[in-house]
This record gives sequence, structure tokens and C-alpha cells, in this order.
Amino acid sequence: MLELKNISYRVGEKEILKNVSLVIDDRFVAITGPNGSGKSTLAKIIAGIVEPTEGQILFDGVDITNLSITERAKMGISFAFQQPVRFKGITVKDLISLAAGKNTNISEACNYLSEVGLCAKDYINREVDGSLSGGELKRIEIAMINARGTKLSVFDEPEAGIDLWSFNNLIKVFEKMYERTKGTILIISHQERILNIADKIIVVAGGEVVEYDDCKKVFPKLIDVQSGCRYTKNM
Amino acid sequence: MDKIQQNLLKEVAGLHEVPEGAYSLRINGKLHGKNSSENIEIVQKTDKPGIDIYVKAGTKKESLHIPVILSQTGLRELVYNDFHIGEDCDVTIVAGCGIHNGGSETSEHSGVHAFYLAKNARVKYVEKHYGQGDGNGKNIMNPTTYVELEEGAYLEMETAQIKGVDSTKRTTKAILGAKSTLIVSEKIMTHGEQFAETEFEVELNGEGAGTHVVSRSVARDKSRQRFVSRIKGNAECSGHTECDAIILDDATVAAVPEILAVHPDASLIHEAAIGKIAGEQLIKLMTLGLTEKEAEEEIINGFLR
Repeated sequence: MLELKNISYRVGEKEILKNVSLVIDDRFVAITGPNGSGKSTLAKIIAGIVEPTEGQILFDGVDITNLSITERAKMGISFAFQQPVRFKGITVKDLISLAAGKNTNISEACNYLSEVGLCAKDYINREVDGSLSGGELKRIEIAMINARGTKLSVFDEPEAGIDLWSFNNLIKVFEKMYERTKGTILIISHQERILNIADKIIVVAGGEVVEYDDCKKVFPKLIDVQSGCRYTKNM
Repeated sequence: MDKIQQNLLKEVAGLHEVPEGAYSLRINGKLHGKNSSENIEIVQKTDKPGIDIYVKAGTKKESLHIPVILSQTGLRELVYNDFHIGEDCDVTIVAGCGIHNGGSETSEHSGVHAFYLAKNARVKYVEKHYGQGDGNGKNIMNPTTYVELEEGAYLEMETAQIKGVDSTKRTTKAILGAKSTLIVSEKIMTHGEQFAETEFEVELNGEGAGTHVVSRSVARDKSRQRFVSRIKGNAECSGHTECDAIILDDATVAAVPEILAVHPDASLIHEAAIGKIAGEQLIKLMTLGLTEKEAEEEIINGFLR
């Protein structure tokens, strides 16, 4: 269980997040909201990449506010970057092995890659560098989180750059991940098909949580074709 | 061979014992053993230290090992090795030098290698430099390489100096004929107060000649590196030089690329990038559970692989 208590984050005079409090305990939770609303910052605060100006974070009842990225990762928090990082000389297999925390054998690594729609034999020894496309990198990023299999997996717009053909597979990946970890999957997304399968939806706008409820209650408000999204139409 | 020498041999040539096939093994300034094969002849020079190597035209899929081991402190040597590669060959040459300096005097090995590749010959040359020792004596290696490629010849040079060499100055000069190719891939890591300088000079003289000179290096502590590459296009040709360096601590790296086109159809590119490890790379690996130090090692090991 993840609990955020009165989290604020300011850069100079600008308030990126304002007093955010949340308890996240469901299987599948989606965060949505307009660009620049503070969603990615929130995810980075959970992973320990950004330090909040105020507030407290509890993970399974333990105060992790002052713990490093590494310590949080070891406790069971994973984070998939919106823009995956490139490395010179480090291969896909290296990253999968590091994610799994052991020297993964070829067949294990292949399973993780196949699940995200990559033909393992074409990718396993490729360097995670500029030779891979944005979509390929995104899939590898997801495969890494899958290999970690932690209690909390945070994804920052995993669908961005992934073609529609593989969209159903992406949702299957999340479902399988849940079956294996029985943990929480927290996804920042603008995609209605992802929002639609979430147990709960959090709407962030202007640095605040403006809605947090069951999918079936929040979703219709977001997808109101006549009037546009009520949270974003005035922004 | 004693244990120290065996270990050095393993480090520089990946060998556990004297290799099979053609080889020349030099230990502490003397030729320890050599063996010619049917197609590869090794002849000891009589006027100066070193060997001449003759590879018969048409020799395919053969390899030659020529490691050098120095385990006696204070030994300084200069060795000349000439490689004469016949037409249409396809061979691999594994060289390398390992120094163990347990004393307080300076040990130095300087090799002067000359490669003459005849028409359409193909050579892969792998060279590793390695130093170790618990004394205060310095390990110095100053290799000089001269390359001449005839029409259609192809030479791929992979050189690495990862550990324990206090000072090195590597000079490579190459002259390329028509449709010939020279690929250089250099890996260097310096630490402590080490100094490494590499200088490449490639002249593209024949139509269709091409070269890639790529250096990847890591400089740590207070070490210094200097990378100089000059490519001159005298014909319709293509040349590319790249220096990619990571600096840590108080290390300094200088990259000095120079490209000169004296023919209207010469196409030359240089790239150079020096900087510390990107913060986002460290963060990514830390989100996988690595400490910052472990992440740094992982990034460097990958970079120099």
C-alpha cells in the first residue's frame, strides 16, 4: 500500500504539486490529467527521483520519504520512464538481468521480451542506444519492469510511442503482471482504453487531485464527447 | 613460465599456455618461443630485436599470436615486428603486452609494428595492454603502428588499454590505397595519475578508400588523456573519426580531431564528445536497485566493452 500525505512540490515560486494526499491500494490505478498538471512529478516523487518540498510518503506502512531511489527500488518500487534512457554498450540482456536482479538466462529474458511484442532473438544482444526506435525502447522499458516483478510498478505514459496494433498486448502485459506480483500497478495515461480497465482513476489538474474514485464513476466524466473533458476544457 | 607470467598471458591474449599454430612469445626481453605454421612464417630479425611475419597469399581462417610479457622490474625494450600479409588472406592477429612491475624501477615496452597488406587481404588485429604490480615502478608502453593497405585490403584494429599502464603514447600512421578500409576501435581507461596519448594519422590516397577511427575512453581520478586524429582525403573517399569520453573525478581529456579534404569528392566527418556520466543513466539503474557506485561501474563496463 502506498500513502502520500500532504505532498507539495515547489520550484521557486511555482507550485507544481499542492498538498496531495492519496492512499493507493488497488490492483490497477490510473492517473490522468492535462499536460503540465504534475502527474510525472508525482510519479518521480514516489520513485525517489524528485524530493518533495513538503509531505510524507509511506510504503506498506514504512516512511520512505527520506529513502534513496535505490532503497525504494529494493523495497519493491519500480518506475518506467516516460522517455527511456539510452546507454552505449549496455545490451537489452544486461538491462533485463539487472532488472531481474540476477543473471537472467536467455529463455527467461526472451519471455519478458516476447510479452512486450519484441522478437527476443533480434533484440537480446542489441545495445540500448540510439539504434533502437522510441517504440522499441518503450517496450524494453516495460519488459524491465516486468522482470523486476515488484509490489508497486509505476508507469509514466507507457503507451506513448507504441503502435495501436500492440495495444491489446500492452493491456495483457499489465494483467499478467498483476497475476504474478499481486501488487499495485500505477499508470499515468491519457489513453481511454487504459483508463477504462483501471480499478480507480486519479485526475490531477493544476497540481491537485481533483478526482479519485472508481473507474466507472470517473471515466464517464472524462469521456464526455459533447462537452470535452470537464477537467481540461478550460485549460 | 611462472604464475605471474601465466596471469599476464591470460590478461593480454586470453591464453592459458603457449598457443597452438603460429605464435611468437616474448618474455622479459627475449624470444621465449616461436612456431611457424605451413602458411605463416615467423623469422627473427638479425639486425634488431623483433620478428618478420610472412603470411602466404590466400591463407584463410588462420590466426597468429604474438604476446609480450614483462615481469622483471626495470626492463626497457624496443621491438620491431613487421607483418607481410599476402593477397586474398583472411587472418586474425592477437598481440598484446602485459607488464608486472613489482619493483621500483620503470618497466617499458615499446613495440613498432608495421603492416603491409597486399591486394584484397583481410586482417583483424587485436591488441590489449595491461599492467600490474605492487612496486612503485612505472609501467610504460609506447606502441607505434604503421599501416599500408593495397587495393581492396581491409584491416580492423581493436586495441584496449584498461588497467595499470602509467604512461602511454600510441602513434598510428596509415596509408590507404584504392577501395581499402581501415577500422580502428580503441578503448582506454586511465586512473590514478596515468597519462595516455593516442595519435592517429590516416591518409586516404586511393579512390574508394574508407576509414573509421573510433575511440571510447574513461578517465578517472587525476588521470589525463589526449586523443589526436588526423584524416586526410586525397581522393574520392570517406573518413570518420569519433572520440567519446567519460570523465570522472578530476580527470582531464582533450580531443583534437582534424580532417582535411584535398579532393572535391572526399567526404570526412569528425565527432567528439566528452562529459561525465549522464544523470539519467545513473537514475535509471538506481531504479533497478543498484547503488550509485554500482550504476557507475555498470555504465563504464558497458561503455568500454
